[in-house]
Amino acid sequence: MKDKLKKMPKTWLDNLITYGMVIIVFLLVQMFISRGLVSNLLQGLLVPLCVYVILAISLNLTVGILGELSLGHAGFMCIGAFSGAFFSKVMADIITVTAVRFTLAILVGALFAGVFGFLIGMPVLRFRGDYLAIVTLAFGEIIKNVVNALFVGVDSRGFHFSLKDSMSLGLEADGDVIIKGALGIIGTPRNSNFTVGIVLVLITLFIVLNLINSRDGRAIMSIRDNLIASESIGINVTKYKLMAFSISAALAGVAGVLYSHNLNSVAATPKNFGYNMSIMILVFVVLGGIGNIRGSIIAAVVLTLLPEMLRGLNNYRMLIYAVVLIAMMLFNWSPQILAWREQHSIKDFLRKRRKVQ
Amino acid sequence: MALLSVNNLSISFGGLRAVDDFNIQIKKGQLYGLIGPNGAGKTTVFNLLTGVYRPDEGIVLLDDKNITNLKTMDINKCGVGRTFQNIRLFKKLSVLDNVKVGLHNRFHYNTFEGILRLPKYRRLEKMMNEEAYRLLEVFDLDGEAKLSAGNLPYGKQRKLEIARTLATNPKLLLLDEPAAGMNPNETKELMETIRFVRDNFAMTILLIEHDMKLVSGICEELTVLNFGKILISGETNAVLNDSRVITAYLGE
Repeated sequence: MKDKLKKMPKTWLDNLITYGMVIIVFLLVQMFISRGLVSNLLQGLLVPLCVYVILAISLNLTVGILGELSLGHAGFMCIGAFSGAFFSKVMADIITVTAVRFTLAILVGALFAGVFGFLIGMPVLRFRGDYLAIVTLAFGEIIKNVVNALFVGVDSRGFHFSLKDSMSLGLEADGDVIIKGALGIIGTPRNSNFTVGIVLVLITLFIVLNLINSRDGRAIMSIRDNLIASESIGINVTKYKLMAFSISAALAGVAGVLYSHNLNSVAATPKNFGYNMSIMILVFVVLGGIGNIRGSIIAAVVLTLLPEMLRGLNNYRMLIYAVVLIAMMLFNWSPQILAWREQHSIKDFLRKRRKVQ
Repeated sequence: MALLSVNNLSISFGGLRAVDDFNIQIKKGQLYGLIGPNGAGKTTVFNLLTGVYRPDEGIVLLDDKNITNLKTMDINKCGVGRTFQNIRLFKKLSVLDNVKVGLHNRFHYNTFEGILRLPKYRRLEKMMNEEAYRLLEVFDLDGEAKLSAGNLPYGKQRKLEIARTLATNPKLLLLDEPAAGMNPNETKELMETIRFVRDNFAMTILLIEHDMKLVSGICEELTVLNFGKILISGETNAVLNDSRVITAYLGE
């Protein structure tokens, strides 16, 4: 009995490889930067990379762990980005310590996105079927368009909202328009940097990986594998679906805050918070392997860097991108390659080496 | 006193009376069989008992508690566990995790304790592992604990499903055709397992079965369903020799 307990599945080793991978990449990049080996273009990509990695991990929680399809993840990112930036702008003079303000902004972004995830999930996740995909698809578009038309100002009397223009806010002389419709929020403090990004990636990983390997995570995965059986052994299906989806939305909100604090201004355009963005995150998740957190990270990094690295090749760029997409798809989904990977996995390699020692 | 007492249970799907005036009394510790030809409504009865369908009429009492219109998960919490005719395991989870999901409502720690790996998490996870291994040993599955459930051979999948249900600590176990698709050897082994479960877990069992050998070998009492109606209820041998039962199965 006892030695059996010692031979528990070594999920922690698996997780350790994932954390280690992120930290090693971080250290390598820092080393290259200090030696001046990293171009400005690449340095500018570091924070967006962290944003995409967080988004991919969080979407994998919904798609891979919960088994529901979300097509509006960029919408939650949008909510996080705007609520976080709004908080930072309003509190710029009140909380002067950057670290505290930025931490709070991240929490605010996560909270708002999480609440929206909860509100959307509450009616939809009671159904069985692909309703979540349809509703989140609509939600992503609606949020983007609403934010595009939203004007929010603040003066001594408090906050003012309008969907028309900044004049109709009726601000007093001391007032300030914070969200300017299609112009978005101008003048967000640029608090994001690569280190903060990596810390947030690690926190996201910590939350998601530990959740998966806990009582709640098992319940969530049991719903994915067989909803009827899960109910029959007393799992509160709606509760755990909502929990997973809200956490996923909140983490997307964190990515949004990181994104908005990396720019001087943030506006909702189809490019950053639109449908294409949602699909791109989904591509990271699918090509990285559904339910495979480490795979999502790698896919997000590779597929973000690739088009930038290949800029010199002009027209051939998208051709190579397409070939890489196909190669990754084969690597993660072809039965033969999966069998080969099972035989030659890093985990087994490490285990064998330890036995030899 | 009866552990499970079902009175006048009925449900219609459209114009079809799938189950009509179903009554059953099962005493504690009993091994009760529910048999009948294909389409007689046996699985529908299970679905009614576990809240998958809401009955049109009738009352289900478990230990004198009315569980008629409760949700599936609440009925399980009241003490009814079931298995499925077509095995429903959590295929991508490991064998051990399948049982640990079954232990879900018996070991409570909240999400934060889980994510932050607080001492309560470690303590309860250890207890869950011990309890899960104890159950797996009973079913001779402890060697496969780390395999994913979908990779188990058929007979073991059936066993795992029973182990997972027992993990919820039910008072009443509903087995839906546990011997379906098993060869004679596996069926014999299953009979032993079912008896063992009844004796060692002090379990009351209601099972649906087609295999007459299994039914006559272990069930003390039987109810025969035909076209949604009870044909006959009573002691096993008397029921199996009844001419009406033979007619229902073999025709005139």
